[in-house]
Amino acid sequence: MVNFNNLLQYLSLQSPLPSSSSASLSNLNITETLTKMGLTTYTLPSLPYAYDALEPHISAQIMELHHARHHQAYVTNLNAALVSHATALAEGDVAAQISLQQAIRFHGGGHINHSLFWRNLAPAGTAETADPAQAAPELVAEIGKVWGGLAEFKKAFGAALLGIQGSGWGWLVKETGEGGRLRIVTTKDQDPVVGGQVPVLGVDMWEHAYYLQYLNGKAAYVENIWNVINWKTAEERFAGRSEEKTEL
Amino acid sequence: MSSTLFRTSPALRGALRASGAPKVAGAMAGIGFVRGKATLPDLPYDYGALEPHISGKIMELHHSKHHQTYVNGLNSAVQTIKEAESKGDFTKAATVAPLLNFHGGGHINHTLFWENLAPASREGGGDPSGALQKAIVADFGSVDSFRKQMDAALAGIQGSGWAWLVKDKTAGNLNIVTRANQDPVSGPYVPLLGIDAWEHAYYLQYQNRKAEYFEAIWNVINWKTVESRFEKP
Ligand SMILES: [Fe+2]
Ligand SMILES: [Fe+2]
Repeated sequence: MVNFNNLLQYLSLQSPLPSSSSASLSNLNITETLTKMGLTTYTLPSLPYAYDALEPHISAQIMELHHARHHQAYVTNLNAALVSHATALAEGDVAAQISLQQAIRFHGGGHINHSLFWRNLAPAGTAETADPAQAAPELVAEIGKVWGGLAEFKKAFGAALLGIQGSGWGWLVKETGEGGRLRIVTTKDQDPVVGGQVPVLGVDMWEHAYYLQYLNGKAAYVENIWNVINWKTAEERFAGRSEEKTEL
Repeated sequence: MSSTLFRTSPALRGALRASGAPKVAGAMAGIGFVRGKATLPDLPYDYGALEPHISGKIMELHHSKHHQTYVNGLNSAVQTIKEAESKGDFTKAATVAPLLNFHGGGHINHTLFWENLAPASREGGGDPSGALQKAIVADFGSVDSFRKQMDAALAGIQGSGWAWLVKDKTAGNLNIVTRANQDPVSGPYVPLLGIDAWEHAYYLQYQNRKAEYFEAIWNVINWKTVESRFEKP
């Protein structure tokens, strides 16, 4: 019989999160505990646009659930895992500290990935999205050097997204070494882009990101998302001008 | 420590390395294969028959689109491997192995899953009986405790995957295991009851409230299927 260790039991208790009063009470306790321990309480960032602003490419219903429920759950579970970890640290419980690593990685990754994602999206037909060469001249020039053109890059990126088996993310990243080379990478589940790579833009390929609108037609989601990619944000990240924290 | 602990290296990948690709398809014969080609099995009930616990729309998409995609992907992977093998291009054959594992696993898992379900008005729901009931009580304390532990395993899956009640052929006891993505249950484990925890299995009806789906699905679990798999020597 499987030994359900503390983490698995813990995760099952924490997820998914109901929006009940008991949940908000425990949220308060968590904030209080983290503050007492001198630790940061992570919070859900507000979206830089309305839930319906990405229509018709991403529906308002998807955006609201994705932000207010899914992202919120990662934030809440991350804070809870950090409290448990700090407690284990104070008690010198090494086994508990180790068992919490995966929860922190998963929920922390979920928080980082979604925070990056919201900011690399913007309403279609705006200065951020309509003309990549205008909004991201340096990045688009570099993409041309690596892939031969924006269309070729989109094709390669789309193929990487559709090749993900299960839940995960596709990223355009810039190597911090090797002359800042651009690469397309995928990460599984909520693994964040870390170590030696700066995320320039990310696309969520979990089914919750598109299913209510696109159902099993994920190729259409992958095609339509180009209409709402925020090239200004991508350019800032590429040029190192972004002030986002990209690492926990 | 996490659910990744229970992710064994996929059997199909090992089988490919050990014995060459076409034999892998042979090993899966019996699960929706006709003349060496995987085929989509018919559901033993209507798409709407599991309502209100699983909506007709979910069932239709899940069976006719998602499962069909795994069947197509499996056949195309097998074909690519056969062609590569006939040319002696084993490097090419090896690069297709992950696709074979993914789509082959998807085909096996969903085929087992459909048979694990039945309308609540027919065999669905209730409790197991006979030797299976005794084994569950022996290994999990009670049927309710088993359901709780299975739901906890499902909720603990980080990403896409499955939870299974399995029989350990070597030790003889029952276990709950989880598998990432479409990795099939293998090794000493015989899959008895599988629950799909991919978002496509519940999202149209339950959205982010996956715990409600894990609770509702017990109303449409076909214990007769689980019992016959358990009793098979
Ligand atoms: Fe997401
Ligand atoms: Fe499925």
